[in-house]
This record gives sequence, structure tokens and C-alpha cells, in this order.
Amino acid sequence: MSDPSPPHPSDTEVRKQAWSVGVAVGTYGLGFGALAVANGFTVWQTVALSALVFTGASQFALVGVVGAGGAAVTGAAAALALGSRNAFYGLRMAPLLRVKGWRRLGAAQLTIDESTAVAIAQPTTALSRLGFWNTGVAVFVCWNIATVAGAFAVDQVSNPQVIGLDAAVGAAFLALLWPQLITPTARAVAGGAALLALVLTPFLTPGLPVLAAAVVGVGVAWPEPRIHRVTEQAPEIADE
Amino acid sequence: MSELWWAIAALAVGGYALKASGYFIPEWVLERPRVTRIALLTPVALLAALTTVQIFGQGQSLVVDARAAGLVFAVGALLLRAPFLVVVVGAALVAALLRLLAG
Repeated sequence: MSDPSPPHPSDTEVRKQAWSVGVAVGTYGLGFGALAVANGFTVWQTVALSALVFTGASQFALVGVVGAGGAAVTGAAAALALGSRNAFYGLRMAPLLRVKGWRRLGAAQLTIDESTAVAIAQPTTALSRLGFWNTGVAVFVCWNIATVAGAFAVDQVSNPQVIGLDAAVGAAFLALLWPQLITPTARAVAGGAALLALVLTPFLTPGLPVLAAAVVGVGVAWPEPRIHRVTEQAPEIADE
Repeated sequence: MSELWWAIAALAVGGYALKASGYFIPEWVLERPRVTRIALLTPVALLAALTTVQIFGQGQSLVVDARAAGLVFAVGALLLRAPFLVVVVGAALVAALLRLLAG
């Protein structure tokens, strides 16, 4: 633990990053709360979604499909398909967190895009754990408070685009992706996945192109590499 | 219970099962190099796709609007090693400003 080498961010910086993500995502939660109620969900249903489901893209998918006149079961199916990426995140986080018992149950609920991204962007395992828990809790708290606020204030923020929140979420995903683009393999995968998602968007239900893009990651990762350098950006190893 | 409540309950249970599955897979599975590579590269692919869909997607159509300007700002800010909050808030401000100017 006594290894404050200069290029590593401090614990405080990681906490600050975690809460920045929480606030950014939370503000978008205002939009979710408002959108859900505007689409016919009750305040309690909206609050239950954020607290129990707690994975933004899936929640938006359910509300979007139902709002567009789709069946609730179709919406739930689309949302589950989107949520399956969290299984990959759990797979990624398990060896970093090494959690047992009830902490593992808590970690599972907090395993989302943002907590995973902040965690794997850190140079050491200790910072990854700090980043994961802080981001998970920050996003959970901000997302749920914002959902309640948004649900009760439908008229004021039913259109989060006006203040650029949609662009903010895109920028947040990019900023989280950025530190991972350090190898040519990662950059190629990111480029390929981005392109595939765009190409598929006109043909698939919203949400599914993102899931299909996961195929790019799996496809590149599947074959045994001829040069054994692909896993070199793992936080524990990049530490050297 | 209404149809919506059933959908929410199914999503809560199914979504949690998906999140938890990654933690309950045996360790020897996780230690295989192929699984490690998949777990490492899949979030990269998903985050890249989430970024572009969030910026250019509108339902099932693709549009270039104020969000794209926000993304350009974000890329520039990241290249200049700006802090996370500057990147995110700046992108929002750029998009909001453009929309304001466009009326």
C-alpha cells in the first residue's frame, strides 16, 4: 500500500472521478424519471426500476419500448438482452475484487457500465477496487435521487436534450473508454464495435446494436494470439 | 399486479442474475487466457458502441446533430488530458449552446 509512485492517481482523485461520474449519470437519471412517468409508469414503478434493476440502458429500453406502444414483455426482453453485458463486466470484475459473501451480492448489483469502466481504467488493483465501489455507490445514490426528482418534476425536465445531457452521457462513455485505448488491439476493437453499432442501428431495435458490438470484442479475443501481448493492459500487470 | 409490475419484477430478477453470474463462475474458468481476453476486450467494444449510439442514434435512425459537436469537444479535451468533469460538462455545454443558437 505504501506505493505512491507519481504517475498513479491518488485515492482522492479516484473518489473525485467516481463522484463526477455519479453526478453526470445522476443528472441523466432526472431524464429517466421524467420519461418513465411521461410514458405511463407510476412514480413507484419508476423508483422500483432504478433501485432494483439499476442499469440505465435496460431501464431506458423498457420505458422506450412501452412508451412506443410495445408490449411490456417485449420491453423486458430487450432490456434483459441489453443487461447481459453486465455478465461480462462481472466476469471482468470478479478477479479484481475477489469479494465473498454478502459483499459479492452487493458488488453484483453495482456492476454496471460506469463502475466497471472506472475500475478497469485504474493502474493498480487497489485503485480499481476503490474506483469500483465508489463509482457504484455514487451512481446508485445519484441515479436514484435523480429518478425520484425527475419522476416528480415531469414537466420541467421531460426533455434532457435541451441542456445537452444526451451529449454529456456520450462524452462520459468516451472518457471512460479513453484510457483503455492504449494498445492497437483495443483501438481496433473500439473502432470496429463503434462502426458495427452504427451500421446495425437502422435494422435493429434500439439497444440491440450495442449488444451486437460485443461480438467484435469476443471475435478478436477468441483466437490464441501469435504475439502474447493482448492482455498486457490488465491493471495488475500494467502496474510494472 | 399489472403487466408493467410483472415486467419490472422479471427485469429485476433476470437483470440481477446476469450481473451476479460473472461472480459465481468458477475461478479456473476465469483464469483461462481466452476468457481473460474476452473479459478485457468486450467492455471496450461495448463502451465504444454505447458512445457512438448515444451520439449518433435516434431510435433506429442515424443523425448528426449538436451531440456530434459535443463529441468533437470531448475528443479534443481528452487529447489535451482534461479532467473527466471538464470533458463531460463541456460536451453538454457545447451541445446546449448549439441548440440554443439553432433556436
